[in-house]
Amino acid sequence: MMNNSDATAHAASGAAVIVEDLTVVRGGATALDRLSLAVPRGHVIGLLGPSGSGKTTLMRAIVGVQLVKSGTIEVLGLPAGSRALRTRMGYVTQQASVYDDLSVRQNLAYFRRIIGAPASDIDRVVERTDLGSVAGRLVGSLSGGQRSRVSLAAALLGDPEVLVLDEPTVGLDPVLRVELWGLFRSLADDGATLLISSHVMDEAKRCDRLLLLRDGRLLADDTVRGLLRVTGTDDVEQAFLRLIERGEPDLRPTTETETETER
Amino acid sequence: MTLSRTFATTGRVLGQIRHDHRTVALLLVVPSLLIGLVAWIFVDTDVFTDIGPAMIALFPFIVMFLVTSISTLRERRSGTLERLLSMPMGKGDFILGYALAFGLLAVFQTAIAVSFAVWVCGLEIEGSIWLLFAVAVADALLGTALGLLASAFARSEFQVVQFMPLIVFPQILLGGIFIPRDQLPAALEAISEWLPLSFAIDALQAVAADSESAAWITAKILVIAAWIVGSIVLGSITLRRRTA
Repeated sequence: MMNNSDATAHAASGAAVIVEDLTVVRGGATALDRLSLAVPRGHVIGLLGPSGSGKTTLMRAIVGVQLVKSGTIEVLGLPAGSRALRTRMGYVTQQASVYDDLSVRQNLAYFRRIIGAPASDIDRVVERTDLGSVAGRLVGSLSGGQRSRVSLAAALLGDPEVLVLDEPTVGLDPVLRVELWGLFRSLADDGATLLISSHVMDEAKRCDRLLLLRDGRLLADDTVRGLLRVTGTDDVEQAFLRLIERGEPDLRPTTETETETER
Repeated sequence: MTLSRTFATTGRVLGQIRHDHRTVALLLVVPSLLIGLVAWIFVDTDVFTDIGPAMIALFPFIVMFLVTSISTLRERRSGTLERLLSMPMGKGDFILGYALAFGLLAVFQTAIAVSFAVWVCGLEIEGSIWLLFAVAVADALLGTALGLLASAFARSEFQVVQFMPLIVFPQILLGGIFIPRDQLPAALEAISEWLPLSFAIDALQAVAADSESAAWITAKILVIAAWIVGSIVLGSITLRRRTA
């Protein structure tokens, strides 16, 4: 199948994540159905799809906390979930996975010790996530948006090479949302790979590439521009609908630079 | 496994509890209140002399089992366990970190419960009060360790809660509180010989009556210690990094 040759191409071009033929069954239902995709290094990749499309399951599988039925996942050239990856990846779950009954700083201090990052990292991530004014407060007393930023800050500890962020901007006010996307961009500029899920199609435009997921299958794997061109629309929501209507996915996985200009 | 991660976890768990004054108060006082209640119920009889030592075994054991399994359950629900297991957190670090934190609480809780039983409720202890304390602490630690084991085994919140009646109740029923163990049907008596809570109750009753040597009681404590270590090891092994 072409999957294999694709995968080798990705490996050569240095894909950060390579998923091949991944099937995950959750609660008797197939959450991911023979999914193959690649996430190129140093880019911001948007993982979009309606709720229930399998975004979180895919992210958990990449992080290595999901039981997988079949298929393989490689992250930075290692099998997903490898011990060596645990300091090189940051993961933010959908709900803020931090301790409500500890202060922001106590939370970060604890996670820092688990990762083995330098103590100076705490100040760095507090600053990057703009939490300085609430750093001493109990997380349980913060707003939802602040809590999710604490969760993000924890994932930034130790400067991970791959960041997997499950709906990190949900419920944030627009100003903050723009700021966070700026942060994501600057992390990618520094060489990190970011896989960011969202069900807000608007946010797609800020990504280098998009993965559209529906019912555990890939509906599109393309750049934003490429997707809009293929579907003849100017908005991602429309493109999504077009692809569903057409019943034919838009898969142009990364040999991106060549094919992009051709088409 | 690394000690620094274990201790970081212990410190974090204690830090969380420190912020919750009511939990600290409940944890320290509830077993004593229950022992006081039992003493009061039997105030006009001499039953408390017989079952008082068993109560010291029972209440801290149950409270520690519940508190420990619920807090690891919280960790599961909040997503923090998943986050930790995606980090370089050893499963053993996690379990042992919790065991040390709650173990420390168990020591304080037991000290209060034993003091309360002896000096407020007038429980007569013929043997060494220190030995009584040692057995009681081992017993509370056993509750902690079994709570950790139960929650590590469980895949869901519902399962965790079910483990309480499954693991704790049979030990209480067969522990010799309702009827001396040697009067149980032979099969049940044989089972009760293996249950860790039976060792704790036997040892506490022996200290109270001063009916056995210190060596005999130490042997019982060692069996309980073996159960504690075994539960922690098994709990670490069975904790799942990947879940459905």
